[in-house]
Amino acid sequence: MSTSVERWIVVGHLNDITRRGSRCIKGPKFSIAVFRTADDQIYAIEDRCPHKNGPLSQGIVHDGCVTCPLHNWIINLQSGEVVGEDEGKVRTVPVRLENGMIMLDIGMPLTRVA
Amino acid sequence: MKKKLIVIGNGMAPGRVLTSLLEKQPDTYDITIFNAEPRTNYDRIMLSPVLSGEKSFDDIIIHDDGWYDTHGIKLYKGARVKEIDRGNKTVTTESGVVAAYDHLLIATGSNPVIIPVPGHQNRGVLTYRDLDDVNAMLAAAKSKKNAVVIGGGLLGLEAAAGLHAQGMNVTVLHLMPTLMERQLDPAAGYLLEKSIADRGIDIITRANTHEILGDGEVRAVMLDDGTKLPADIVVMAVGIRPSADLAKSCGLKVNRGIIVNDQMLTSDPSISAVGECVEHRGQCYGLVAPLYEMARVIAARLADEVAADYTGSVTSTKLKVTGINLFSAGDFGEAPDRDEIVYRDAMRGIYKRLVLKEDRIIGTVLYGDTHDGAWFFQLQKDHTDISDMRETLIFGPSYAGGEPLNPTAAVAALPLDAEICGCNGISKGTILDGIKNNDLTSVEDVRACTKASASCGSCTGLVEQLLTLTLGDEFQPDAVQPMCACTNLGHDDVRRLILAKELKSIPQLMQDLEWKTSCGCAKCRPALNYYLLADWPGDYQNDNQSRFINERVHANIQKDGTYSVVPRMYGGMTTPDELRAIANVADKFKIPSVKVTGGQRIDLLGVQKEDLPAVWADLNAAGLVSGHAYAKGLRTVKTCVGTDWCRFGTQDSTGLGIRLEKMLWGAWTPHKVKLAVSGCPRNCAEATCKDIGIICVDRGYEIHFAGAAGMHLKETEVLSTVDTEDDALIYCGAIVQLYREQGRYLERIYKWAERVGVESIRDQIVNDPERRDKAFRRFLYSQQFAQVDPWAERVAGKDWREFAPMANFSMLEAAE
Repeated sequence: MSTSVERWIVVGHLNDITRRGSRCIKGPKFSIAVFRTADDQIYAIEDRCPHKNGPLSQGIVHDGCVTCPLHNWIINLQSGEVVGEDEGKVRTVPVRLENGMIMLDIGMPLTRVA
Repeated sequence: MKKKLIVIGNGMAPGRVLTSLLEKQPDTYDITIFNAEPRTNYDRIMLSPVLSGEKSFDDIIIHDDGWYDTHGIKLYKGARVKEIDRGNKTVTTESGVVAAYDHLLIATGSNPVIIPVPGHQNRGVLTYRDLDDVNAMLAAAKSKKNAVVIGGGLLGLEAAAGLHAQGMNVTVLHLMPTLMERQLDPAAGYLLEKSIADRGIDIITRANTHEILGDGEVRAVMLDDGTKLPADIVVMAVGIRPSADLAKSCGLKVNRGIIVNDQMLTSDPSISAVGECVEHRGQCYGLVAPLYEMARVIAARLADEVAADYTGSVTSTKLKVTGINLFSAGDFGEAPDRDEIVYRDAMRGIYKRLVLKEDRIIGTVLYGDTHDGAWFFQLQKDHTDISDMRETLIFGPSYAGGEPLNPTAAVAALPLDAEICGCNGISKGTILDGIKNNDLTSVEDVRACTKASASCGSCTGLVEQLLTLTLGDEFQPDAVQPMCACTNLGHDDVRRLILAKELKSIPQLMQDLEWKTSCGCAKCRPALNYYLLADWPGDYQNDNQSRFINERVHANIQKDGTYSVVPRMYGGMTTPDELRAIANVADKFKIPSVKVTGGQRIDLLGVQKEDLPAVWADLNAAGLVSGHAYAKGLRTVKTCVGTDWCRFGTQDSTGLGIRLEKMLWGAWTPHKVKLAVSGCPRNCAEATCKDIGIICVDRGYEIHFAGAAGMHLKETEVLSTVDTEDDALIYCGAIVQLYREQGRYLERIYKWAERVGVESIRDQIVNDPERRDKAFRRFLYSQQFAQVDPWAERVAGKDWREFAPMANFSMLEAAE
């Protein structure tokens, strides 16, 4: 018997994340920050600032961007690119919202443990 | 022979199909309608004016009985179809009527969602869907007093306005923080809430209905927090669900709604479906415009014309409540590839926001002035490139070199008795009179003449604006440094306006002060949250998402994303039990570093975020509370051992330090505040480089302030010497309170003192006992709301989502 591996993984519900907030998805060798903006847009990016690896999930969310909690770099949540003077890019993760459920395409076969 | 067309349902969508079809082909079809409602076709979206009494049912009938006769249509009223036999192509009603079709049109509409809370079966719990519901509400309004509407969306608000117009006391319960959150952004939602509340309708947001109480008849609604609202009727208006059961039972493809293709055909080519019961490309629609677009496609196909495909609709919303103008269309979510144009006119309560993507409008929210809604909506539907008109776009099509935004609008809108100078109690009227009657031309003149802005100076910006208002271009003010790119106002202007206009929430403030962004930024939001907390103690609700991470999670983030935890040790004193508890926590949670801080307490470094609540629980159990080492607030009071042990000590410096820390802890301030108390001039506690320092001397207590030992090194200024510990507490409380009120966010006490002048502070505290005592009392008042251990709250479960990952994953085991 073979098991097909689903590309899109359900990670939670929209209401699991506060508006203008973020939660983490943790796995082997990765940590992904999932954001919900004031207007219920959902974005997922790697939880690591390109500057000094700051956890972006802990930053302040404003107008589709997050400000890194360590040194105030501003990251564009959709493109993953650093906004303003600084330069760099964070890996973005494809995300889908279906009936309020948040689904990610993390790009590896995973199983939920908690 | 005519083809047989059967229509199930007689709402607006099939009504429009038939009108359009009969115009094209009056004689092709033999038409039969089965309608579960016992009446003809009427304009359902006009039910709200019927409820409010502005229209009668007759006004909203689209097709009367005569129309059906004229067109030879057989209309069965009150006839519910129970079965569709697709093999034999017949339908059967509940009363046993059987009819055959060549083509069937399903238009069963939708059903209102009923939340299955306990008590929802009580009589008097209504929905808002059809004329029967409206009649039930009208009947209730005649004899009964209290109505509760559950749901602050389009329908719920219209129902509430209607019931209020019928003389009932109405409360609207809404689960989300702002009204109509699916159609409006929070700024417009706030304005809507304000105008609805202004009419006398109570609105409770974040309201979760726990139970409907009654004894067969509904009596009250109870919320999760225990609030009981008396209710003679309860209207549930929380949403609709496509009515697709009939279609499903005959085997048609159904998801949320009946699935149709671009020709509006179901999975059976002899059956079409139209209206709120369908699902097209994953979308279900509850508004009238898309239904009409669908109807056009079906009518053309039934008339054998080459029909354009239905490709989905861009929808717009208008609220039908008299006196409230609101329009929204499209997608107005924030995203980085999107741009926005925001226009606010606080005086007239106008808010307009256009969301742009690649030089095209993709979303529109208009509040207060919706005249240009149709024009924006057309630009949006046509994907018009707006780059050429971008500068003036927001002013609409009739723009003809309109006036630029007026930066003095907010001040101009203030009433004459609004207080401008808080220190000296000077109103706007007094200042304007002073300017006019004495030909004042500068801020210095105003200070000399009226005393306004002569003390702390934080209202200078407002005084300048009053000069501009009176003198026009003759007055050239010094440039004010804006708070951030979201506003032209400086910190001091914002703070004075918060008080003068009684601004009590961030969305309200951003609207009334004409913020240039919809949601602020990481610079202004923490500052605004602090100002509102400091200015409205007990009244303003903290906005956690506008706090820096350290204050949001009550711990200090470290470079690797772990946190440090510092329990409070009042005056630097601890006990063996506390130390044992700290040691046990460090072992239990494998905390890598334990360090003694410069503020005489212990820092546990490298704690995982998920562990924080458990770490705090163990510390709390030993009586340890948060040390606020992460806060723009009171940090520590460092002390020496004083007369308890030291042979040079002149006073009980440790005891005074403990009293000070017990009084001051928990207070939010513009920046961190550190104190020290030294028992003698040898100053072992290093009090002369602190924000506030006390040096004990034989004759009393020397109070110092405005020191710094960070990037800048600055010795304190001596404020005064007082005789007793109690006086020292009052002086320190008063300094902290004035700093809380006058300091700009992220401005330390020494910077504040430098800006407003040490003399001005000495005047307010030392030379003016009444002002000192009042400031001290304001401080104590505010403390009763601030002195709650944030760790204990989170141990009890507050903000638990903040500390837990949303999901954990491991690699999938190799599949068999």
